[in-house]
Amino acid sequence: MAESLQPVEDPNRAYVGAGTPPVIAPGHTFGTVTDKISAIVLTRRTPLGWYAGFLLAGSFAFLLLVSLTYLVTKGIGIWGNNIPVGWAFDITNFVWWIGIGHAGTLISAILLLLKQTWRTSINRFAEAMTLFAVACAGIFPLFHTGRPWLAYWLFPYPNSMSLWPQFRSPLIWDVFAVSTYATVSALFWYVGLIPDLATLRDRSQSRAGRVIYGMLAMGWRGSARHWHRYDTAYLLLAGLATPLVVSVHTVVSFDFAIGIVPGWHTTIFPPYFVAGAIYSGFAMVLTLAIPIRAVYNLEDFITMRHLQNMAKVMLVTGLIVAYGYGTEAFISWYSGDKYEGFVPMNRIFGPYAFYYWLLITCNVIIPQALWFKRVRTSVPVLFVISLIVNVGMWLERFVIIVLSLSRDFLTSSWGRFAPTFWDWSTLFGTVGLFVSLLFLFLRFLPMISIFEIRTLLPEAKVSDE
Amino acid sequence: MKTPPTVYGLMAEFDDPASVVAAAERAHREGYRCLDAYSPFPIEELTEAMGGEHTRLPLIVLIGGIVGCVGGYALEYWTQVVAYPLNIGGKPFHSWPAFIPVTFECTILVAALSAVLGMLALNGLPQPYHPVFNVPRFALASRNRFFLCVEARDPLFDLERTRRFLETLSPREVSTVAD
Repeated sequence: MAESLQPVEDPNRAYVGAGTPPVIAPGHTFGTVTDKISAIVLTRRTPLGWYAGFLLAGSFAFLLLVSLTYLVTKGIGIWGNNIPVGWAFDITNFVWWIGIGHAGTLISAILLLLKQTWRTSINRFAEAMTLFAVACAGIFPLFHTGRPWLAYWLFPYPNSMSLWPQFRSPLIWDVFAVSTYATVSALFWYVGLIPDLATLRDRSQSRAGRVIYGMLAMGWRGSARHWHRYDTAYLLLAGLATPLVVSVHTVVSFDFAIGIVPGWHTTIFPPYFVAGAIYSGFAMVLTLAIPIRAVYNLEDFITMRHLQNMAKVMLVTGLIVAYGYGTEAFISWYSGDKYEGFVPMNRIFGPYAFYYWLLITCNVIIPQALWFKRVRTSVPVLFVISLIVNVGMWLERFVIIVLSLSRDFLTSSWGRFAPTFWDWSTLFGTVGLFVSLLFLFLRFLPMISIFEIRTLLPEAKVSDE
Repeated sequence: MKTPPTVYGLMAEFDDPASVVAAAERAHREGYRCLDAYSPFPIEELTEAMGGEHTRLPLIVLIGGIVGCVGGYALEYWTQVVAYPLNIGGKPFHSWPAFIPVTFECTILVAALSAVLGMLALNGLPQPYHPVFNVPRFALASRNRFFLCVEARDPLFDLERTRRFLETLSPREVSTVAD
């Protein structure tokens, strides 16, 4: 990696000197870093909490299975969606999950290009989080089609019906954007894993471990020539993933912005959706990182520096999102269009006003606490704020989607939406699936990039640059 | 190959990145060309020490990107204008602004696939067997040790002389790599 050649900060100096905590706690060597991270997978006893957590998350994942099975047998009438609110929890959840999935690629690609070496401890599991979040996101539009077994019709392939997808539709753009994003994120994650899989292969005590990790590592041997091409490929992937991550939520926002529904048809949507995605993604990384570093004693690698930096990113993106809310309200008034002008009134005073104000509280008011260093350095407070932002970002999508659809142009066709049990069970079911996949990942793969951590150690320096 | 060699090469083990880079430089200056070094993390100086390396990977990715871009747009043009023209709100069949998002996604998708598959192909991976793994201590190459291997196919390679040369680089250990 290019970053390996950057003068690495001396953790000792950073620790004793200025107020900034180090990226890695002092005293680590190549060996200790390798042993500590690979032991979680290979030798350390699986903590009891892992089994308890996996059981709990797994039962919610099972609830998802039940909900989807029931959905397929009965049809999407089991959800609360009905005209005029044709998109409700399903699309809200889709956009929420896709947004969460943005932090992984942002951390791995954009922060890599910006040479932010602190990203190294959190990029691996943020990328895993991205993959699982995108998988959860994909479930909703897939099952919302009502006939998920025909979903392949969305892709262009020569067929006996002589039909082709309609490429002027933002929904088809979405298919391409999300499937490309899922593919590229998976590639990025896997490429990053190869050298660490080789480490696990070489350190595994069991034959099964050697064979499985060996096959996954594809014979990686750390040759200098290979590393050279590997670094090139990784940098190029980062360069490709950076515009991609921006494009995905832009295209998701086009699903709304291309339509003429009041409150959707606005040019602020793409940047404001992207900022919101990063906001919720970082909130989710914090939500996950805080318990993980405590349970697995990884405070050496995921230091206060990481938590504080993530808090700062949340503060900035939260302010961009708040600016987006302001612009939305201003433009709907300034447009002079009475239907657009009605949207903020409906949000502030309408039947769903409670959720709008809850959203403002969660996303705009409470995160302002992050201005204070005492808040940014307090782990429990950060954890609570990250949870609040997760809820707030879900409410944001709910407000955008359901409020606009329930009251658009004709008062005679206004309606209301109320979620059913199956709406909730599917939402919490995907949370269960997400957490279960994450538990499996923590158990079977190195959650921190071992080889990149090695490059951060002072002994990795070959010459003083 | 005249006779199947039974020795793949000689391998020296080092403790830290600076010594393996210095050793690679010395071996290259000595005239050895069939060299490879192994490290638990990327060391850019190491490739340079062995005479530098130019990789064609960026070109492969560029070609992949262009193929994705042209292919994506051509697919849209052909389906919307030739194969299955539909009048959508009076928009022209060739409504190019609406074709940009998918063209963009196809560009990224094919370029990213070329980057990964190209890197693996140029590296000759997946490779189930490689002689360096015959050295038991080589397992540490993915932990904290650095290795320099002079391969037997090098014209200057001589089991005795090369071993003596490697000993002068103050390695931890020099071992013979069986083929």
